[in-house]
Parts: sequence; structure tokens; C-alpha cells
Amino acid sequence: MLNVLIRRVLIAIPVLLVVASLTFFFIRLAPGGPFDADKVVSPQVMKNLNAAYNLDAPLYRQYFDYMSGVIVGDFGPSFRYPGRSVSEMIYTGLPITFELAFYALMIAVALGIFSGVLAALKRNTFLDYFPMAIAMLGICVPTFLMGPILVLVFGINLELLPVSGWDTLSGDKLLPSITLGFAYAAYIARLSRGGMLEVLGQDFIRTARAKGLSELSIVTRHAMQGGLLPVVSFMGPAIAGLLGGSFVVETIFQIPGLGRFYVEAAFNRDYTMILGTTIFFSAMIIFFNLLSDLAVLLLNPRARENL
Amino acid sequence: MNNSSLWQDAVRRLIQNRAAMIGGITVLVLIILAIFAPWIAPYSYSYQNLDLGASPPSAEHLLGTDVLGRDLLSRLLYGARISLLVGFVATGVALVIGVSWGIIAGYFGGRVDSIMMRIVDVLYGLPFIIFIILLMVIFGRNIWLLFAAIGAVEWLTMARIVRAQVIGLKNQEFVQAAQVMGVSNISMFRRHILPNILGPIAIYATLTIPQVMLLEAFLSFLGLGIQPPMSSWGTLIRYGVESMEEYYWLLIYPGLTFTITLFALNFFGDGLRDALDPKTSDN
Repeated sequence: MLNVLIRRVLIAIPVLLVVASLTFFFIRLAPGGPFDADKVVSPQVMKNLNAAYNLDAPLYRQYFDYMSGVIVGDFGPSFRYPGRSVSEMIYTGLPITFELAFYALMIAVALGIFSGVLAALKRNTFLDYFPMAIAMLGICVPTFLMGPILVLVFGINLELLPVSGWDTLSGDKLLPSITLGFAYAAYIARLSRGGMLEVLGQDFIRTARAKGLSELSIVTRHAMQGGLLPVVSFMGPAIAGLLGGSFVVETIFQIPGLGRFYVEAAFNRDYTMILGTTIFFSAMIIFFNLLSDLAVLLLNPRARENL
Repeated sequence: MNNSSLWQDAVRRLIQNRAAMIGGITVLVLIILAIFAPWIAPYSYSYQNLDLGASPPSAEHLLGTDVLGRDLLSRLLYGARISLLVGFVATGVALVIGVSWGIIAGYFGGRVDSIMMRIVDVLYGLPFIIFIILLMVIFGRNIWLLFAAIGAVEWLTMARIVRAQVIGLKNQEFVQAAQVMGVSNISMFRRHILPNILGPIAIYATLTIPQVMLLEAFLSFLGLGIQPPMSSWGTLIRYGVESMEEYYWLLIYPGLTFTITLFALNFFGDGLRDALDPKTSDN
């Protein structure tokens, strides 16, 4: 087990390094310098600007300077917002994005597992068809449509909930979290239904029934451990997906999180900000994928054997 | 092993599946509408009637007009061309890369296989949405680049599926017989391997199209995809959101069109899977 852990971490480090390097050189391919859009400046000012942002050094020098900064968590200055550093923007935006993703994930897991397990237990009844139809809706209605519709209904027509901001009005976290979590609730519902159906047909469940265990303890103690494995391995990709979803949700609900900073940076061609956030996001996603793979190994002895 | 009867059986099962047939017909109708959009659309997609402005659905403009007085129905029809084109072309790109990668890795096995599949594993763990956005920022928001970028992301699963199929085929007698007869690698792939893995490829391709369309709409919604004056359904939804408080129809109709299309493609893909591979449909 420890071996696997060490090996996976050892693969993750060079991968991250390659990603960071590729992004760094990719950004350099972009047409135009960072200050082209500003008003025309004298060559002397341009020179000073380039010196201030370390753009006059040879490329390899810039690369090593940047990388050694990244290791200690310094992503350099923002090109667009003078006086602000990329790290500072990441540190202000990150807690908000994490909080949003956390609530969304809680909604997705609770709703998804509950309705998926219920659908599997009550197979081919209304309690199966109805949640699964809703789940299909969740998969086919994208976040960027779900969000505005919720805003229109609950925010504007019914005037029940605030439709923008984060932590400014009471209840303003509800709509964004539901919007972001809904699609994942749908996926998790489908996955847990499939996984549970597979497990419920197996012999050890019949044995447990024969022993006279209560239905509740059969489901919670025996079936769910195996039946929810697909959900656990979905967690890694889901967290990566939540990040992409946060771009949309934070834009719709005007939440000052990392996702919105990233979209704004992409829009404004704030190259250092894009570079920094890309490296940061990649590290997070690689980390969460690692975590979810390890969780699967921990829960599934059979997956451990063929390593 | 009779190849044509497998497909005949599949077609029969597909026709019996009502949800899949409704989905398939819907997609077909959409494709026809998209191809003939310039002749069907009542107005040009860029025709503006500034005096009219945003107007609700009426006899002249069945789905209403936007702030610039442009006919929404016409814009949806032209948008269908872009959205469906992205769906099919990007899936095509993913297909070409994924199938070749999977066949080579699976057929040659050994070192080649383990290196190629390790690359796939590593790429799987990366945040691709971010890379597509990065590409769009660096190289400009070009529609062909968008096709290539989305296609380059979606091939990974295809490569895995194809590889697993090829490994299964490799040890069958007819492939070994062909090897003994000295058939070249190229004609081995074309004549013996490819025809036998068309089923899984077709299934996965059908299910990739809605994912690709979703990705394109996502980028266009953020303003990083299709650029004006061209518009995809994603851009129309974006404009709809901007003005939904006053002009609900600008959000509702594009949203509805997009959702129905995704539903249709997903149902058809599921039906195709059940038809071609009855074993998996049991659970």
C-alpha cells in the first residue's frame, strides 16, 4: 500500500513539472507582449517595464526564476492589475471557490447516493423511474442553463433568494451551490444505482438475508461498501469538473472566487495570471485524482491485488 | 461469424427501442434543418431590424427577435450549423486519434503498449478544460482550432476502448492466420481489425457528440468559443442570459433547443449501445 502511494506520488511530480513547463513556454508563444494594449510608451519606459517584470532576461533564466518562485508559492506579479500578485489573487479567491465546491459536492453526494440507492432497491417502480428521469435532466441541462433558470424562477419571479454575491446576503450561497451540485448529483445517482444493482444480485447479500439481517443493515453494512465504489472513483474527475463548473457558476452569480478570476484573466489576456492559475489548478486536480485512486485501492481489496 | 447479421440484428433491436428512435429522428431532422438553414430560415442571421428591437414571439417572428431586431428562429437555425458541426468534426478528430492510438498500442503490445497507455493515463489526470481555454487565449478564438482542441481532448477514452477490443481480437485464429500468411500491418488493421471493432467505436462516437457540444457551448457561454457575428447555441444562450429579465424568450428557446438535442443524442447513443451490445443493457 505504501509502495503504491510512493510510486503514484513519484509519477505525479514529473507530470506536474512537465505541465508547468509546457504552460510557461506556451504562454510565450502568444502573440504580442503584455503591454501592447496600453498607450504608446517611450522605449525607455518599455525597457523599465520589461526589467520590472523580468522580461529582459534570457528565456531560460526567466524560466528558472519563475519555477523557483512557484516552488515557494510565488507566481509573480499580475500583468493586468499592477501592484497585485498572482499568488495574492489565488489566496483570496481560493477559499471561496473551495467553499462553493464543498457545498456543491455535499449536495451532489447526499442527493445522488440517496436517490441512486433508493432507485436500486425499488427497481422498476416509480421510486426508480422518477429520480432517474430527473437525473437524465441533470445530465442534459448544462450548468450554464440551469443557473440562469434558477435565477429567473427563484430570484426574479418568486423573489425568494438573492441571485448574486457570496456571503453578503443571507441565503446567497444556496442557488450557486445547487446549480453546481445538480449535474453531479445526477451522475452520482446513476453510478450508485448501477453499482448497487450489481452488488445486490451477489451471493453474499443472499447469505446476509438468509442470516436474517435487517434490510437496513444489509444495505448499509454490506451492499453499499461495494456498490458505491464507482462513486468513489468518480470523485477525482468530479472535483476536476466542479472546478470547470465554478468558472460558469461564479460568472453567473458574480462570486469573487478563483474561477471568475481565471475567466477574467483569460478574457483580458492576463498572461501571468493564466499561467499561475493553470499550474495551480493542475496541481490540485492531480492531487485530487491521486486521492480518489487511493481511496478506491483502500476500499477495494481486489484492485490492490493486481498491482 | 456472420458480420452482416450482427448489424441486421442491431438495426432490428434499435428500431424496437422507441426512445432511441425518437432521439435518432430528432437528430436527423436537426441535421437536415442545419444543412438547409440558408433556404429554410425566414431571415438572414445578421439581418437587423433596429426599429423593431426585442420583440416577443409573433406571426412574423415565430420565436421573437433579439435586442438588435434579429430573428431568433433564423439565428437558431444558423446556430445549429455551428453547434452540430463542432459536435461532428471534433468527434471525428477524437475518433481518428483515439482509434489509431488504441489499435497500435493494442496490436503491438509490450513496450509500445505500456508507453502509449501510460501517456494516456497521465493525460487523463490533467485539467483539460483549462488547456482548451489556454489554447484559445494564446492562438486566438479560431473555430478550426476549437475543433482540433476539443477533439484532442476527447480521444483518450476512445483509445482505451479500442485497445481493449484489439487485444481481445489479436489472439483469435483468423488474425493469427492472417499473420502467418504475411499480411502487412496496414492491411491487417484495415481488413481484419477495424471492421470487427466498428460496433464499440460507433457507440462511443455517438455518446461523444453530446459531450463535445456541451464543451463548445460551455466555452461559447464564457465568451471564449465561437465569436460574433457567427453564433452557436452556446453564444445564443449567453446572450439570452444577459437579457433574460426583460426578454425571457431569448433564453428559453435556445436553451430548450440545446437541451432537446442533448437528450436526443444521449437516448440514441444509449439505444445504439443496447442494440449492438445486448449484454450490457441488462444492468
